[in-house]
Amino acid sequence: MSPRRTLATAGRVLTQIRHDPRTIGLMLVVPSLLIGLIAWIFVDTDVFDQIGPAMLALFPFIIMFLVTSITTLRERRTGTLERLLTLPIAKLDFILGYTIAFGLLAIAQAAIATAFAVWVCGLTIEGSIWLLFAVALADAVLGTTLGLLVSAFAATEFQVVQFMPAIVFPQVLLGGIIVPRAQMPDVLQAVSDWLPLSHAIDALNAVARDSEDAAYVGGKLLILGAFAFGAVVLGSITLRRRTP
Amino acid sequence: MSSDAVVTVDALRVSRGRHEVLHGLGLSIPRGSLTGLLGPSGSGKSTLMRSIVGVQARVSGKVLVLGSPAGSRALRGRVGYVTQSASVYDDLTVRQNLAYFRAIMGAPRSDIDRALEQTGLEAEADRLVGSLSGGQRNRASLAAALLGQPELLVLDEPTVGLDPVLRNDLWAIFRELAAAGTTLIVSSHVMDEASRCDRLLLMRDGSLLSDLSPTELLASTGAADAEAAFLELIRKSDAA
Repeated sequence: MSPRRTLATAGRVLTQIRHDPRTIGLMLVVPSLLIGLIAWIFVDTDVFDQIGPAMLALFPFIIMFLVTSITTLRERRTGTLERLLTLPIAKLDFILGYTIAFGLLAIAQAAIATAFAVWVCGLTIEGSIWLLFAVALADAVLGTTLGLLVSAFAATEFQVVQFMPAIVFPQVLLGGIIVPRAQMPDVLQAVSDWLPLSHAIDALNAVARDSEDAAYVGGKLLILGAFAFGAVVLGSITLRRRTP
Repeated sequence: MSSDAVVTVDALRVSRGRHEVLHGLGLSIPRGSLTGLLGPSGSGKSTLMRSIVGVQARVSGKVLVLGSPAGSRALRGRVGYVTQSASVYDDLTVRQNLAYFRAIMGAPRSDIDRALEQTGLEAEADRLVGSLSGGQRNRASLAAALLGQPELLVLDEPTVGLDPVLRNDLWAIFRELAAAGTTLIVSSHVMDEASRCDRLLLMRDGSLLSDLSPTELLASTGAADAEAAFLELIRKSDAA
């Protein structure tokens, strides 16, 4: 592993994205628009204050997952990855380079979405807004790393898009947005304990209501970090220098 | 086998799915030579090249490159590889592509301008690769492989789809590189490119039909050109 090669890769990915302003626009603006839409739907109720925090986890997670998985799949398909792997670059350099590049975009995205939800849509946050931002960011990075991992198992863009309902939707359904996790059947509740998005939503709710202490939120952040770390490690294991 | 061989292949077998696609190949490639790998599409040329570069899975037998097993860590950056389709980033300029690969290889910065010059891409350096013609994209891909001055260059059908003038230019580049001591393996399914090589490997159905110089090939088959010689070799091997 070498920091120089990791940073060169991150810089290269960011330069590629810079040449695609439409993608940047979509990544930065769409989550805020969707959050605004939900706030509007529930304008005369207190529902937005209940599910708004979860939305901060949801949209950045889904969008980073999609963008990352498709970008890396494209790299596999065009032969640039094969060329790279004949060069002196560690597999972890490649994965971390992508994680850093998309992580930086995730920071911008999470900052805009959080600011929009709080100051434009009037989402009530009892706890620290910085902690809220930290969880939203961890969640976007998690989406990035899961996207990197999933792209290893897809041969086409078509398959990558199918991974969305397979991997993202169950986490959304079981994450406690529709029905609080505590009210779900025991089996589903146990399953949801093993899904990273559940912990992100727990943490965001805790910050929004200031119902738990910082140690609780820190613990949830650690869980998200562990999932992201696991995805990075698995991603670099599934990256093969030799292919059939 | 000569101790000066850059590539030594012995009893190389490769399987894909349930099929064996290379059936026990043996060959050696001397330093500083320009070797043409010819054969119809599907004959196993790309698989052999991928085995030499070390990106092919399910390989058995021996493939030694520059004294190390193919694909080993010591070889990364010493072997330049250009895949059949241009493996460069469409959404970067030619120069940005080269700058990235240079940083990965740890090659000197001056290599970027040298590679641009060698491939005649100076005027296109600041254009996005995605906006270039097919031939220019192939040359951009080749330029990336020239960074760091690899000792062995493995080029998979670099001239496919190019007009005769560009093809001529590329072969001139290959000759120059070989003259400067680089070993090149260039695959093609265009038989008239054969006369430009020092040595010819003719492949068919995953086996090596012959390993001769162009003059030896014509002399041994009595044919007038490489195409006819190839047909003659196939006839002989079918009869045997």
